[in-house]
Amino acid sequence: MTDVSQENGPYFGAFGGRFIPEALIPALDEIEETWRKSQVDPEFTDELLTLQRDYIGRPSLLTEAKRFAKHCGGARVFLKREDLNHTGSHKINNALAQALLAKRMGKTRLIAETGAGQHGVATATAAALLDMECEVYMGEEDTQRQALNVARMRLLGSKVNAVTNGTRTLKDAMNEAMRDWVANVDATHYVIGTVAGPHPFPAMVRSFQNVIGVEARQQVIDAAGRLPDAVCACVGGGSNAMGIFAAFLADTDVRIFGFEAGGEGIDSGRHAARFSGGRPGVLHGSATYILQDADGQTRGSHSVSAGLDYPSVGPEHSHLHDTERVTYEPVVDAEAMEAMQLLSRTEGIIPAIESAHALAGAMRVGRELGPEAVLLVNLSGRGDKDMTTAAKWFDYFDEGAVQV
Amino acid sequence: MSLTGPRTATTLDAVAEAGRKAALIGYLPVGFPTVPGSIEAMVELVRSGVDIVEVGLPYSDPGMDGPVIQRAAEQALDGGVRTKDVFSAVAAIAEAGGTAVVMSYWNLVLQYGVDAFARDLDAAGGGGIITPDLIPDEAAGWLNAAEAYDLDRIFLAAPSSTPERIARIVESSRGFVYAASTMGVTGVRSEVDNHARDLVSRLKEAGAPRACVGLGVSNREQAAEVAEYADGVIVGSALVRALESDGVPGVAALAAELAEGCA
Repeated sequence: MTDVSQENGPYFGAFGGRFIPEALIPALDEIEETWRKSQVDPEFTDELLTLQRDYIGRPSLLTEAKRFAKHCGGARVFLKREDLNHTGSHKINNALAQALLAKRMGKTRLIAETGAGQHGVATATAAALLDMECEVYMGEEDTQRQALNVARMRLLGSKVNAVTNGTRTLKDAMNEAMRDWVANVDATHYVIGTVAGPHPFPAMVRSFQNVIGVEARQQVIDAAGRLPDAVCACVGGGSNAMGIFAAFLADTDVRIFGFEAGGEGIDSGRHAARFSGGRPGVLHGSATYILQDADGQTRGSHSVSAGLDYPSVGPEHSHLHDTERVTYEPVVDAEAMEAMQLLSRTEGIIPAIESAHALAGAMRVGRELGPEAVLLVNLSGRGDKDMTTAAKWFDYFDEGAVQV
Repeated sequence: MSLTGPRTATTLDAVAEAGRKAALIGYLPVGFPTVPGSIEAMVELVRSGVDIVEVGLPYSDPGMDGPVIQRAAEQALDGGVRTKDVFSAVAAIAEAGGTAVVMSYWNLVLQYGVDAFARDLDAAGGGGIITPDLIPDEAAGWLNAAEAYDLDRIFLAAPSSTPERIARIVESSRGFVYAASTMGVTGVRSEVDNHARDLVSRLKEAGAPRACVGLGVSNREQAAEVAEYADGVIVGSALVRALESDGVPGVAALAAELAEGCA
């Protein structure tokens, strides 16, 4: 097997590349060059390290979830606490690093797409910190189900545009951000929030999220005295997953699991499970697995989680899927919501609904591997933003109660 | 019936030989407002003086298009347009004596099968494909298929393209190079960017035999201005808007006006 952890694009096996208008190629080349130079420039790496420590709060904790573990076949379960990062998810790792790169390139304006709003909030935060202009594109449906994050972005000084075309979710927000970028590329950097998009974004974003796995690998060894048997993460675009997977790809005894949004079930057609219900194609700049009809028109995705509600997936995941290094399975809405409630009640930790997909998957994996197993789960974000969805799902709001 | 339709070089060179300043290239998406309605409008383009018809294939995620073409694509898809409909449109244009090329986002060609698409396009009498999100670097499969079926491969060049990229685009293209006049998406603009003139001369210096300019042209004056330096003037959103508001007669009237600008 090739050492997949060394692959830096533009291709990951048959996937990746640059399927993008010519007008953006020079900008992508500039990003790639700036990124590569920055990786070996102590001025950049020191600044990022300092921000990770003093601003994001890294390293993030590793928490053993002993009561939750009883529901995972008795295996030992360790949670990588990206939910404790400033702004509440792993997204800040990438947004802050890209904002620093944008500064180096002399850009004054950041744009971003966002689904659940976590990446939008992270980018808005980086823009505020680094004194840059910021504009975020968000599908109209998502602005409604994640209204709190819209308010956070606006409070941080960003403009939020509700995207009303197409399916009014993450994929359409990404289309709109691309249109903005091509028209304003001189002064604007597009902070893609996941390991998708044209090269170098998949490899670059992975490199900025890699810190999750590097920390977690050592933390698990310190806590359990050995490597985990399995690593679990949810996969929307797949940046939290690549972030924790990358450090373990060469550890061939470590099984790696990615959990996609199964929505209302694969058979229902209402899901976001690209590996169970999609096939290879090209979308948003890279060749990868996508949900599409017979002609190649993108099919609408569905998930209770806005952050996983995306018909495409990062190209490196497609490669890891086809080479069978990583096992991808769907987790349906109901399983994820049950896991969200379970972690809240057993550990006092409210996970994001996205991360709850990884927890539900870990429950399956733990039951399969048994009590001797050690599991590492990426808790990619916290669930504060999801209270309206959860309250409606579990019927927690008192009848007639109105938040004032 | 299988016929080999005219390739764009033949058409563009005939325009030049006839002493006209530039060819007029008109875009309409198949399936808007309906499949038969779009084909009727495309045939009308040929009759109204359009030299090359760019048959657009509606796509769910048209990242290069502005609001007018996005809206038309959504309506066409809601109406059930399929990839194969593009070949009916191409055949109708060829039969009316026009030159037809397809403009498509890459995934639709990829899913149809690159070779099968080239085969069926050639059989329908089409001249080639304009690929807005396929750069030569990623186009090995398409270049082979285009070679096999003798089809034009029309890549885009942008004001931001470096000399190295211009060289690669020119070398990989056949028929003409599509010069994107401005940094941005399709749509009507009050003035066509000065970048266009510069880009065309850079393409010519790099050896491009023909360069046509698109993005932003909507009226006779703009067409005339671009016709001064380009081999072809490409008009899209303005024609779609005319079809949307005034139907086939509206398209015919605008096409005739634009053709005067290119004369």
